[in-house]
Amino acid sequence: MAGDATFEKVIEVAGLRTQFGDNIIHENLDLAVRRNEILGVVGGSGSGKSVLMRAIIGLKRPSAGTVKIFGEDFYAKSTREQIETEQRWGVMFQGGALFSSLTVAQNVMAPIREHLKLPEELAADIAAMKISMSGLPPEASAKYPSELSGGMNKRAGLARALALDPEIVFLDEPTAGLDPIGAENFDRLIVNLKTSLGLTVFMVTHDLDTLHATCDRVAVLAEKRVIAIGTLDNVRRSSHPWIQEYFSGPRGRAALSAKGAYADPSAQEG
Amino acid sequence: MALTTEPAREMQPAAYKIDVRDGLMRLDASGDWLARHLGALDSDLRAFEDDTVGRDVLIDVSAVGRLDTAGAMVLERILRSCSQRSDLSRIIGASPAHQQLLDNVRPHVAPCEVEPVPRNAFLSMVQRLGRGVVEGYYASIDVLNFIGLTLTTFARVIRNPQRLRVTSIIYHMEEAGIDAMPIVGLMSFLIGAVVAFMGAKILRLFNAEVFTVELVGISVLREFGVLLAAILVAGRSGSAFTAAIGTMKIREEIDALRALGLDPIEVLVLPRVIALIIFMPILAFMASILGVIGGGVVAATAMDISPAFFVGRLQETIALSNFWVGLIKAPFFAFVIAIIGCYQGMEVEGSSESLGQRTTLSVVQSLFVVIILDAFFAMFFLEIDF
Repeated sequence: MAGDATFEKVIEVAGLRTQFGDNIIHENLDLAVRRNEILGVVGGSGSGKSVLMRAIIGLKRPSAGTVKIFGEDFYAKSTREQIETEQRWGVMFQGGALFSSLTVAQNVMAPIREHLKLPEELAADIAAMKISMSGLPPEASAKYPSELSGGMNKRAGLARALALDPEIVFLDEPTAGLDPIGAENFDRLIVNLKTSLGLTVFMVTHDLDTLHATCDRVAVLAEKRVIAIGTLDNVRRSSHPWIQEYFSGPRGRAALSAKGAYADPSAQEG
Repeated sequence: MALTTEPAREMQPAAYKIDVRDGLMRLDASGDWLARHLGALDSDLRAFEDDTVGRDVLIDVSAVGRLDTAGAMVLERILRSCSQRSDLSRIIGASPAHQQLLDNVRPHVAPCEVEPVPRNAFLSMVQRLGRGVVEGYYASIDVLNFIGLTLTTFARVIRNPQRLRVTSIIYHMEEAGIDAMPIVGLMSFLIGAVVAFMGAKILRLFNAEVFTVELVGISVLREFGVLLAAILVAGRSGSAFTAAIGTMKIREEIDALRALGLDPIEVLVLPRVIALIIFMPILAFMASILGVIGGGVVAATAMDISPAFFVGRLQETIALSNFWVGLIKAPFFAFVIAIIGCYQGMEVEGSSESLGQRTTLSVVQSLFVVIILDAFFAMFFLEIDF
């Protein structure tokens, strides 16, 4: 990418290969995520978007290639160093992945309790702040995940991802399964948090509207690698058939006409 | 995350100084106000917050190095606690980055409940007891309902035998029956051996070792063979029935069946019940024989009872009725296990948590009912002298 050198890269994936048995998911995949951007990763079903995310956060060891987080090879680290790195990122899984035996507040407090030795009251105050930041009403904090709707579960998952003030947040399909209003609110929330907390966001998504509304750059996954990365406008100009079909289909065009409703204006760099 | 990103600076724990001048309290914060440093300060700061009620506090953060949301939250919390927020109560000296963080955190500073408010312990105990009784009552009606439904479905299907799902029945016979044979056989062989051992040891005291044959014969043929088979099938297949049907329930496959005009009882429950009823006597038969063989092996190796003598005495002294008593019970046990397994599967709702609970319940209930039923059978056969 032109001008990539001028940006600090917080995630750098090089020559990545992941496979399940003989089934190769990624081959020679390169990807860089810049500090303080929202990178949207798109691709067809089965193109390995979620697997890529899992490879970056250490849940799926690649069979070749390197994953550098903050400039250091994650898989070359000792377990202890890995745990330190893990505290600098937060992950929101698709369904929220909240611990069902804990209340929302206890879920958010769990990483705080484990990694920072803080008095219970302070941990609860921090959790309350994160829950509020994620757009949940205060009543939700003492409820169990099963008592909350899918959208609220996702928000609570986000609150837990934010618990330790991470530098990078990974979001797996944040708006999947939300109604359009909920999805739009979530998009806005992500952009707000990115600007206010200086987050770097790595987002796997299917949702064209989310892509248009939030992402600074878009990476397209196909043919086992990243076939295009850049601003949405640049990526859309690619002649690759899948990209053409994805962005120029009726849904792509509909989402485009509503583009940039609340994208962060300060982040419109090439 | 810290908004100041100057490279590797020695970290300095958060600290503060309090000054009171002309009724105005002034807090000078310094160091890195990061979550991990705040644990040491939090209780003192809370005490300070109590002092500030109704007074003005000026917080100077110009000496603060790094700041994260937790640090900003604690600083904002101090201001919140002043009962009258005048212009005098504020944070000064913040760098633009810190100011932005403080502004972003401000609307979100509020305590929250961590756990639901606990109920009165006694009241909730009584409530749970009551709920348990009522639910137990309705559950037993439900089970009876389910049995009735299965039987009427069976009656309907049997009049129209091509509706019987033979492939499915055979599949479940293999799954629940043939695959269980090794473990059932091994277990009953070992139990037969153990009974013979214990019996021989005690009976030797009376010089009546030879009665070991009767002991093994009666106990294994009448009770242990069929009971062991039932227990293992309940653990192996009853739970598998619940898990399989429960998973289908969660994934709305049961609803899909109904929507397609298929009867889940006919498609899912009946084949399992029939398969188990057919195969359980076979398992019980095998278990009985292997149990007797286990006893015989011990008799031959640990005592001086030759296999020929063992078999001869078995034929002489053990009435065939013992064997029939064991086998007659098998289909009843099979019915109970299959019905409970399928019923609990159909009762699974929504979450995978419920699936786990129902699977456990299925095993516990079917074991319980099998043993109760066995006790009734024992009394019954005793009464009719069979």
